[in-house]
Amino acid sequence: MAGSTVTRAQLSEAVYQEVGLSRNESADLVEGVLNEISDTLVRGESVKISSFGSFSVRQKGERKGRNPKTGEEVPIKPRRVLVFRASNVLKQRINTSLNPPAGNGEDSSGTI
Amino acid sequence: MTKSELIIRLAEKNPHLYQRDVERIVSTVFDEVSAALSRGDRVELRGFGAFSVKNRDSRTGRNPRTGETVFVARKSVPFFKVGKDLRIRLNTPQV
Repeated sequence: MAGSTVTRAQLSEAVYQEVGLSRNESADLVEGVLNEISDTLVRGESVKISSFGSFSVRQKGERKGRNPKTGEEVPIKPRRVLVFRASNVLKQRINTSLNPPAGNGEDSSGTI
Repeated sequence: MTKSELIIRLAEKNPHLYQRDVERIVSTVFDEVSAALSRGDRVELRGFGAFSVKNRDSRTGRNPRTGETVFVARKSVPFFKVGKDLRIRLNTPQV
């Protein structure tokens, strides 16, 4: 369970390896995918990617917040937030790969 | 917008590419993100957002119907945090 970070560079490289376009064009297309998703969300439309997950925009109403440092009450304006819901396929893939069910040592004694 | 609509829109903007290639590009992007998360890696796409995995410890839960205690195994769940630029765009009135 390493802690490395994947960025646009690795995504572009994968597209380059997989599709055989130039490196530059691969990078442009990765950007194109992200832009298309962003533009759709900004229009308020949700984006559903099967076996990956869905992105949707949720409208939040105004509420009172508090500055935790000063205790001062500040209004939090109505705003739009982005919510990602991973698909069950993705959740399961991540979970089985990071917490393999085989040899579940702690499981056996866990039930009280 | 679904994945297939995303492919169509992208293909329209890139008329020099075969739709088959656009499909592979889109699939590759999501496959890479999924693979990274399955390794426990983080995926950081500046301006768009970051995907990461959060670990939930094992715990003893309760079946709310029967009140019975049950062991809930440790699990890892994917998480997405929206990037700054996109968050600002979501809250900027459109022209």
